[in-house]
Amino acid sequence: MAKTLAEKVWEAHVVRQGEGEPDLLYIDLHLLHEVTSPQAFDGLRLTGRTVRRPDLTLATEDHNVPTTEGPITDPVSRTQVDTLRTNCEEFGVKLYPMGDAEQGIVHVVGPQLGLTQPGMTVVCGDSHTSTHGAFGALAFGIGTSEVEHVLATQTLPLKPFKTMAITVEGDLPAGVTAKDVVLAVIAKIGTGGGQGYVLEFRGSAIRALSMEARMTVCNMSIEAGARAGMIAPDDTTFDYLRGRDHAPKGEDWDAAVAAWRDLATDEGAEFDAEVVLDATELSPFVTWGTNPGQGAPLGSAVPDPEHMADDNDKAAARRALEYMGLTAGTPLRDVRVDTVFVGSCTNGRIEDLRAVAGVLKGRRVADGVRMLVVPGSARVRLQAEAEGLGEVFEQAGAEWRLPGCSMCLAMNPDKLAPEERSASTSNRNFEGRQGKGGRTHLVSPQVAAATAIRGTLSSPADLEPVSA
Amino acid sequence: MEAFTTHTGVGVPLRRSNVDTDQIIPAEYLKRVTRSGFEDGLFAAWRKDETFVLNDPSYAAGSVLVAGPDFGTGSSREHAVWALMNYGFRAVISSRFADIFRGNSGKQGLLTAVCSQDDVELLWKYLENNPGASVTVDLESRTVTAGDIVARFEVDDYTRWRLLEGHDDISLTLRHAEDIDSFEAARPSWKPVTTQPA
Repeated sequence: MAKTLAEKVWEAHVVRQGEGEPDLLYIDLHLLHEVTSPQAFDGLRLTGRTVRRPDLTLATEDHNVPTTEGPITDPVSRTQVDTLRTNCEEFGVKLYPMGDAEQGIVHVVGPQLGLTQPGMTVVCGDSHTSTHGAFGALAFGIGTSEVEHVLATQTLPLKPFKTMAITVEGDLPAGVTAKDVVLAVIAKIGTGGGQGYVLEFRGSAIRALSMEARMTVCNMSIEAGARAGMIAPDDTTFDYLRGRDHAPKGEDWDAAVAAWRDLATDEGAEFDAEVVLDATELSPFVTWGTNPGQGAPLGSAVPDPEHMADDNDKAAARRALEYMGLTAGTPLRDVRVDTVFVGSCTNGRIEDLRAVAGVLKGRRVADGVRMLVVPGSARVRLQAEAEGLGEVFEQAGAEWRLPGCSMCLAMNPDKLAPEERSASTSNRNFEGRQGKGGRTHLVSPQVAAATAIRGTLSSPADLEPVSA
Repeated sequence: MEAFTTHTGVGVPLRRSNVDTDQIIPAEYLKRVTRSGFEDGLFAAWRKDETFVLNDPSYAAGSVLVAGPDFGTGSSREHAVWALMNYGFRAVISSRFADIFRGNSGKQGLLTAVCSQDDVELLWKYLENNPGASVTVDLESRTVTAGDIVARFEVDDYTRWRLLEGHDDISLTLRHAEDIDSFEAARPSWKPVTTQPA
């Protein structure tokens, strides 16, 4: 029978099936960070259990870490990081701590080490684990009880997910990025539209994306409520993986690629739901509200809640505009920002930083605007330095920081003040996400950079050319 | 895990959709390394607003939350479930829950009951007209009762069985340790390990 990519990966990991029970699924890679793991390790200690496969487990410090030089000053944050170190030591789990050459945001670290590979099951106590689906892995976020379950058994009991094809055909217009694609998808299907589904992104526009851009798309699947997002592995995937530290070598590589080539959805396989987008109609997309589904093309205006058909949407939009301090009908390009944040597991990789530097080069960040550029990992920072990008950021007046989750969720000192407005390349515009009372507009790296220059939401096309 | 059969307690009408886990408990409260004490962070930003429903003394002792669609979206933080339970909630009623939140609730014994949006509207009206009124959530019969309202709710059979019995997933899985051993023995040798490069 013809099968989808998600079904093939699922079936290859079923340890056990029982009548009326969830399937027991084997987990190939378990990633950990300091926020969602302490209670799981505690649970193991209380029950006298051990970590079944430390060799399939990896930890990194990312959520609490400061992005300026020096130790963690907040004692509670420090305790959480210290607890991860103690737990990893006690249970024999590999950890990349602050200052290590491999440290970084967990979803940037896994792929760059070559640990995330096609056809794997990958979990982490973090909803943006969906990022790893860009490799054709089935990757999803779990809660702390499930973290404990995977530590103890290397498996999870799960009911099969439904499948949804998101097909994006055609060439993306110049200046339109993976971030714009996924924001448009979320606006179309809503924050609950993907509930219970694994999304498979398909079509010529997706095939044409680089691995890093594919990670941006899959990363935000969770913002549509989906369990996971996936893209079938192809030569782009294999070229990215070849030679990475943990990628198979020699004969193993050939065997692996042969297996990976069989993963793509079979001709004639049926999805439970299908959504189609025309890539040629997309444009730079920004959010105006307080959930990632409340977005619109940059060229449009703040929508009027009174024109919305659904009562819940109307009430949510009214609340959102009040929180965001926006008036219906205001052109989005007129919205002035105080801060620009570039970084996160969504857009903190080297290609994102290159795109930002490309816009900033020869220009200055607008007066009164603070711009933070936070690399997704220590390796990304080193690479950016080697390419001279750090210098471009600093010459433009941006702050060039150390790696971590940073202002995406404000668990470290990088925060918005109440009513401070940001254009952010991160993934969530929830109330207070970037700091109590802060107002977030989600944007692509290119839009973030252009916004920093003009001080209002903008795309690179809005900028005056740089004089030679 | 504590078993759940039936629960009766004060119903709290929360007329909001898309209640994300950053609203249920903001990130700054996630730094604890225990499972208790998270009630201080529950709806922390909204509780500063004196008109927020939990600031009304009639609802302050609430244990059954009735919320709008797409409850629990966003971050996977199980702290959201701990915060609700530490505060005293035993059940949440909504027409649609985010998957990870619902899974986390099932592990901890917080019942997530899916009712139709029409029934949620009826419950909201009843609880607003009768502040402090009780709601009964019966897992055996899968019904929510409040005043004259009797609403059916959905919960899958397996989660229902686990909640009724108070089973812990890890013990259930470890009954099948031999199946895990044989699966591991058959895994391709080229699959990566974290402890050394390939």
